[in-house]
Amino acid sequence: MLPELGHFALILALCLCVLLGTFPLYGAATGNVRYMGLARPLVAGVFVFIGLAYVLLTYSFAIDDFSVTYIQQHSNTLLPFRYKLTAVWGGHEGSFLLWTFMLAGWMLAVAVFSRSMPIEFVARVLGVLGLLSVGYLLFMLATSNPFDRIVPLPPTDGADLNSALQDFGFIVHPPTLYMGYVGFSVVFAFAMAALLSGRLDAAWARWCRPWANVAWSILTIGIALGSWWAYYELGWGGWWAWDPVENPPLITWLFGTALIHSLAVTEKRGIFKSWTVMLAILAFAGSLLGTFITRSGLLTSVHAFATDPERGVFILAILTLSVGGALLLFAVRAPLLRGRFGFGILSREMLLLVNNLILVVSAASVFLGTLFPMVYQALTDDLISIGPPYFNAIFVPLMALLVLVLGVGPISRWKKTSGRYLTTQLLWVGALSLALGIALPLAVTLEFGLGPTLTVALASWIVLSSIKDAKNKLGNKKTLMAGLRALPLSYYGMQLAHLGVATMVVGAALTSVYSTEKSVLLGPGERMDLGGYEFEFIGAKPITGPNFRGMEATLEVYRGDELLRELHPERRLYLASGTPSTEMAIDAGFWRDLFVTLGEEKGASAWSMTIYVKPFVRWVWLGAIFMCLGGIVAAGDKRYRRALDKQAAQKQTASIAPLEPAEGVS
Amino acid sequence: MKPHRRKKLGSILFIALGLSVAAGLTLYALKQNINMFFTPSQVAGGEVPKGQHFRIGGMVKDGSIAREDDSLSVNFVTTDFISEVPIHYVGILPDLFREGQGIVAEGVVDTAGVFQASKVLAKHDENYMSPEVKAALDAAGTSTEGSLPSEGYKPQY
Repeated sequence: MLPELGHFALILALCLCVLLGTFPLYGAATGNVRYMGLARPLVAGVFVFIGLAYVLLTYSFAIDDFSVTYIQQHSNTLLPFRYKLTAVWGGHEGSFLLWTFMLAGWMLAVAVFSRSMPIEFVARVLGVLGLLSVGYLLFMLATSNPFDRIVPLPPTDGADLNSALQDFGFIVHPPTLYMGYVGFSVVFAFAMAALLSGRLDAAWARWCRPWANVAWSILTIGIALGSWWAYYELGWGGWWAWDPVENPPLITWLFGTALIHSLAVTEKRGIFKSWTVMLAILAFAGSLLGTFITRSGLLTSVHAFATDPERGVFILAILTLSVGGALLLFAVRAPLLRGRFGFGILSREMLLLVNNLILVVSAASVFLGTLFPMVYQALTDDLISIGPPYFNAIFVPLMALLVLVLGVGPISRWKKTSGRYLTTQLLWVGALSLALGIALPLAVTLEFGLGPTLTVALASWIVLSSIKDAKNKLGNKKTLMAGLRALPLSYYGMQLAHLGVATMVVGAALTSVYSTEKSVLLGPGERMDLGGYEFEFIGAKPITGPNFRGMEATLEVYRGDELLRELHPERRLYLASGTPSTEMAIDAGFWRDLFVTLGEEKGASAWSMTIYVKPFVRWVWLGAIFMCLGGIVAAGDKRYRRALDKQAAQKQTASIAPLEPAEGVS
Repeated sequence: MKPHRRKKLGSILFIALGLSVAAGLTLYALKQNINMFFTPSQVAGGEVPKGQHFRIGGMVKDGSIAREDDSLSVNFVTTDFISEVPIHYVGILPDLFREGQGIVAEGVVDTAGVFQASKVLAKHDENYMSPEVKAALDAAGTSTEGSLPSEGYKPQY
């Protein structure tokens, strides 16, 4: 009975979404305030019913209702309870329900936190999101209903959740990633509302920026969590594999990064308007592309859901309709969005434009490498794959270039900056960065390498130029504290996120240069050396868990004569599905990770294993955390709230008065 | 031409130049890094140019896995149920590697006709076949043979 109720709730939500996608938009077009006013209550209804469906599915998982096909396929009586609750997103149907639920959550957030935006704008944003939800819900009800029953004879037990998913990473990575992904739908809806009304000014950018920042921050942390999970769960010792399903979030993230920078220009200078809208469309298209690739099963990857052409076609239709419609609207309306100000060849606008170009080119090259095998297969019938060397060859130089520009951007001035000013500001920063780049790796490793030198130099370039910029800003204030207090939160957010870039550059580059690994066969008592550490294999013993049994090995790690710690890699066999799984043992540290994966037993209780020493790998995720925090701090800037207050005050006098241009600070 | 027009034209040309250089380099890098995929029948039929690095996909033949006890070397045979190709690999095989399982391997064929794999992938669970393996079996017309249930496969997140 409960699953049917869930199904029914989804149908009701669909009906409400149809209303949401029509009346408020029609009302906004004709100036009918009553129709526009429907948007918020309808959103609340949509949220309640999709939420109800979600809760019912979770509850059915909790009580082991194996008469539901989806639950039978993804759960088991022996499955630990926390995984029963989260197995909801362990497969295609449920994860799409989560996706739709997330969108409903974002819609509710827009409805609640938009009290002081003009009602016609809110109606348009929510109407566009409503139309999108119609597509998603139709897709779910037509091709992937999570509430389908097994009739007439329900099985007594389920096939179990995929063993690779039974992990903490599975609990946190998909919801975060989806939330970030779906957040860009909100920014997309903001852009569509601007196109529909033909009004895209500094006030619009101020409304949009906190949402874009938050969506970007959540996506950042979602991708980082996925990378961290893949690192410790899949056990190939890397943190990024250029997997076809890892790439679309990255593409979305790159467009999103370009977008939050372009929005800054739109807010401060009133230009790049159509470009900003274009980026919002592209970021959204990236998120839909991710769904399409995962769910159509067109590309081989660790993430591939079951292949089902019908689903692929449906998602492709949603993608074509929404992105195609958006582009059409863009083509018709973009000429209205003319910027007013010019800017010099050397100016902050120009540097941000270069930043945008680099980001878009990198996104495009990742896109090309991801989809090329698919296109190639369609044209020639030959199967090919594009290896990581392609992505590295393109991506690494582009990011290096981006970092160079990043150092100059914040220090430069709007409109026009003289080359001499920049030279005097940055000459010492550059020289010092280069010196650090040569000296630091040399001092630690006693050998010169081009990679580490460039890496440290680039990271120092970011850090030192940020310090220099902060010093400039604080220099003319009476006291340090007064200066610090006068700086807006968005400035702190920017600095923190840029520091995150520096941290990530160090992590990503130095890990790939300094990591060492070795596959060996060790008998009890045997030792091996790697990267200055000694690993002694003690032995292996059988273990049993709630839904698996396996073997656990013990290794002692020595540095010199000192025992650092014991490591316990495992091999498990999950009983219900019969799938084996390897559990890595990791000694995580700020400077390096020690990492052991267990292979198999080979005669006389000797085991094959691969041992990795990975310096700086934690810095990759540390950098992502900084970026995420930076984005959230910037979104909390009081000028966004002040903009709302002003807007509220204005609304009482005149309903749609034109707003004054943005103040020209930092 | 007015100066600001010229400036605008200059920057547009500059951007176009930059983009075409980027596109050229991208396509070059793409061409360098394409891994072709071949089925065991194609390999046996001599369709693969000598010394080429490529991917091969098929099922692990029952009873063909031979591990050495004192090293990480392993030999096995991959098949599309028409032709067979021996594979040699040194290292730890993935969790889901076993007899009767679809795998994809990356490497080169040596002079003795043995595929020297640098990487072996068997990411999917026992009920799910990677599209590449499926294509290999489809090409050989043998996708209904072997232990491959036609439905009820489990997705992997």
